[in-house]
Amino acid sequence: MASYLAGRLASLLISLVVASIVIFLVIEVVPGDPAQFMLGLNAQPDTLAALRTQLGLDEPALIRYFTWIFGMLHGDFGISYTYRTPVSELVAQRIGVSAPLALLSLALTVIIGLPAGIIAAARRNSATDAAVMGATQLGIAVPNFWFAIMLVWIFAVILHWFPAGGFPGWNKGIWLGFKGLLLPSIALALPQAAILARVMRSSLLDTLGEDYIRTARAKGLPRAQALWKHAVRNALIPVLTIVGLQFSFLLAGGIIIENVFYLPGLGRLTFQGITQRDLITVKTVIMLLVFAVIFVNFLVEIAYVLVDPRLRRRA
Amino acid sequence: MSLLEIEDLSLSIGKAPILRDVDLRLDAGEVLGLVGESGSGKSMTALTIMQLLPHAARATGRVTFDGIDILAAPEAAMNRLRGDDIGMVFQEPMTALNPLKTIGEQVAEGIRWHRGSNRADAEREARRMLDRVGLPEAQFPLSRYPHELSGGQRQRVVIAIACALRPKLLIADEPTTALDVVLQKQILELLQGLVREDRMGLLLISHDLAVVAEMADRVAIMRAGEVLDTGETARTLSEQRHPYTRQLAMASVHVPERPAHRPHGTAPLLELRGVTRDYPLRRRSLFGPAGTFRAVDGVSFTLAAGQSKALVGRSGCGKSTLARMILALDAPTAGEIVFEGQDLARLGTAGMKAARRHMQVVFQDPYGSFDPRHRVERLVAEPLHLAEKRPGRAEQRDMVAHALHEVGLSPSDMDKYPHEFSGGQRQRLSIARAIITRPKLIVADEPVSALDVSIRAQILDLFADLNRRLGLAYLFITHDLTVARAITDEVIVMHEGRFVEEGETAVVLERPRSDAAKALVAAAPDLSRAIAQRLAEAG
Repeated sequence: MASYLAGRLASLLISLVVASIVIFLVIEVVPGDPAQFMLGLNAQPDTLAALRTQLGLDEPALIRYFTWIFGMLHGDFGISYTYRTPVSELVAQRIGVSAPLALLSLALTVIIGLPAGIIAAARRNSATDAAVMGATQLGIAVPNFWFAIMLVWIFAVILHWFPAGGFPGWNKGIWLGFKGLLLPSIALALPQAAILARVMRSSLLDTLGEDYIRTARAKGLPRAQALWKHAVRNALIPVLTIVGLQFSFLLAGGIIIENVFYLPGLGRLTFQGITQRDLITVKTVIMLLVFAVIFVNFLVEIAYVLVDPRLRRRA
Repeated sequence: MSLLEIEDLSLSIGKAPILRDVDLRLDAGEVLGLVGESGSGKSMTALTIMQLLPHAARATGRVTFDGIDILAAPEAAMNRLRGDDIGMVFQEPMTALNPLKTIGEQVAEGIRWHRGSNRADAEREARRMLDRVGLPEAQFPLSRYPHELSGGQRQRVVIAIACALRPKLLIADEPTTALDVVLQKQILELLQGLVREDRMGLLLISHDLAVVAEMADRVAIMRAGEVLDTGETARTLSEQRHPYTRQLAMASVHVPERPAHRPHGTAPLLELRGVTRDYPLRRRSLFGPAGTFRAVDGVSFTLAAGQSKALVGRSGCGKSTLARMILALDAPTAGEIVFEGQDLARLGTAGMKAARRHMQVVFQDPYGSFDPRHRVERLVAEPLHLAEKRPGRAEQRDMVAHALHEVGLSPSDMDKYPHEFSGGQRQRLSIARAIITRPKLIVADEPVSALDVSIRAQILDLFADLNRRLGLAYLFITHDLTVARAITDEVIVMHEGRFVEEGETAVVLERPRSDAAKALVAAAPDLSRAIAQRLAEAG
């Protein structure tokens, strides 16, 4: 196990290094001079040059790359070109919204998706199965911002149970923050839950056809017991992969929902960063997201080993 | 009253009739052999007794077990019977166990479920049962997972699960079909012992007449959902009053007519010199040396043109690895494989093409070796890319038609898809695919072990016929001595990567010298021997 962990960690680090190089190079070739943007089109050439020196933009690429990397290792992500505040502060604020949003959506995805898939598979070809399958079809087809608009209309505009948008901040109390994030996380979770339910259903149906389920039934276990004790855990193995991918998507892909609900999240920060050529912020946020995705995959791989004894020997 | 009585049992799934008026009975302590070819309804009869039929199945008639009307019993009552009074063992041990649970959990589960005992008691009981089926604690603690066990060991676990609560009836559905002959003998002896000790009734389902002849007190012979012949084993199989019983018995000992091979004295077609294949083992630590596993250990032999040789041995002895190297699908670690005078390792692309054209392969599973979306013409013509000049469309159709004709199929089959053919016809197709390039050598890896006995007899005849007419040389890879006996001039016995015995087939099988060959011969079920023994016992 220890050497397996070491191996996975090494691969995680290598992925991060490669990703950082790619991100740095891409940002390098993107047109647009941040100093020009900050000073406007009528800036004097010498002020421009002074600002470029101050921002370190005239250093060779290699030096800038290492400055960036070592800075990040010390928690120093540089100063945002547009906001003129440390990127770390900006990002920390935004993560305070985006990470809880992603976690909440993931929790909802799993809470809705897995049971729906299990029920549909357990009652295959029944009315329940048809209803679940129809609902998931709809959930996948309809874009999440439409759900978002519907949720706002029903729960905010008509019922006044929830705010229509904006985020009060965690310092106003956990409950208020949670209330602010609930509608957006439902909108984010519904399509994901639909995908997860379908994956869970087909994985469980495959598993229910396995010989060892027949062995369990021949032992005298009723259908439901065989399903819970033997089929579900086996069916979860492929589902884990999907859940890992979904978390990454929920963390990075919330930009439309953040806009609909006017939430100060990472998605909007990135979007603004790109339009304003605030490249240092963009670079940092992308790097953080890459780190999160790679780290989640790492967790998924560890989860595999915990679930599946066949991998433990290799581990 | 008998332990199990089946009267006028008919079964249909949807609109398809599966069983018709089946009558069977089985007493406590008795072994009933249920014999038939695939699709005859043997397994469905077993699943009816277990009430584990597919959803659309409708059964009529009467099935009485121990005074209980099975067909009318509610699901809850069946759950109490299954695993407690009726145990069942299945064909495929590799997939019959849950890969995520330890063998201890899986054996104890049924005990806890039926007896309501606590974990410790159930585990003690499971331990005792695993010891009884020959899995002692020292090597097989309860904490073992199925993937750490071999096929034979897994089948022992399945038997432990089925017998843990000393059922009155044990149903074994082809329990040894997936195992090699030596393991088969061990598992059959284990079942026999358990049945005798606990006075269980055993319903043994098999396609193999010889296995049933050795095991069963009475037999029932099924075809197309009907019981055609039933009675005491020795009498039924020796008198062979029913024509189908006779047909089955003849087919299972069938030996095709074939002239003996006369060596021409020319250079051998295939020669192996000191061929070795090592596989790296997984490293134990990050910096330690990686060990190797020697799958094939310095073997040498020659095969003449037109000669038919068998390579026999238990599963895992290295015979398939050797076959892969001969087919140049894998390279030896050391040694040379010389085909038509050329070392395979030194052939360039063009030379390899010619070599491949002259040696083709037939695999075990006629279902898995065809792409279901291609038509027969394309499937059979596949090896033609090895030809020096790719034939034109019309020429290709001619060649395919000719190959189909050679294997006893009609040229009009060319435009069909594989699913339109039966198992035996599909094996004919794979032989047609193998002979289309006019090869000199065919390597056949268990070519008839997935086939029913009557089909198998036909395919063996076809191999014999092609050998005679086309002068093909064969290398048959098999663990089944009846195949070797039927179709080969010489046999090589392989054990743990080495050749332990070689010689004329009849001589080696009659008077084996090495331990490995003796074990194979002793374990191979033999119909006439088993009948003779039963008749002698009966006096």
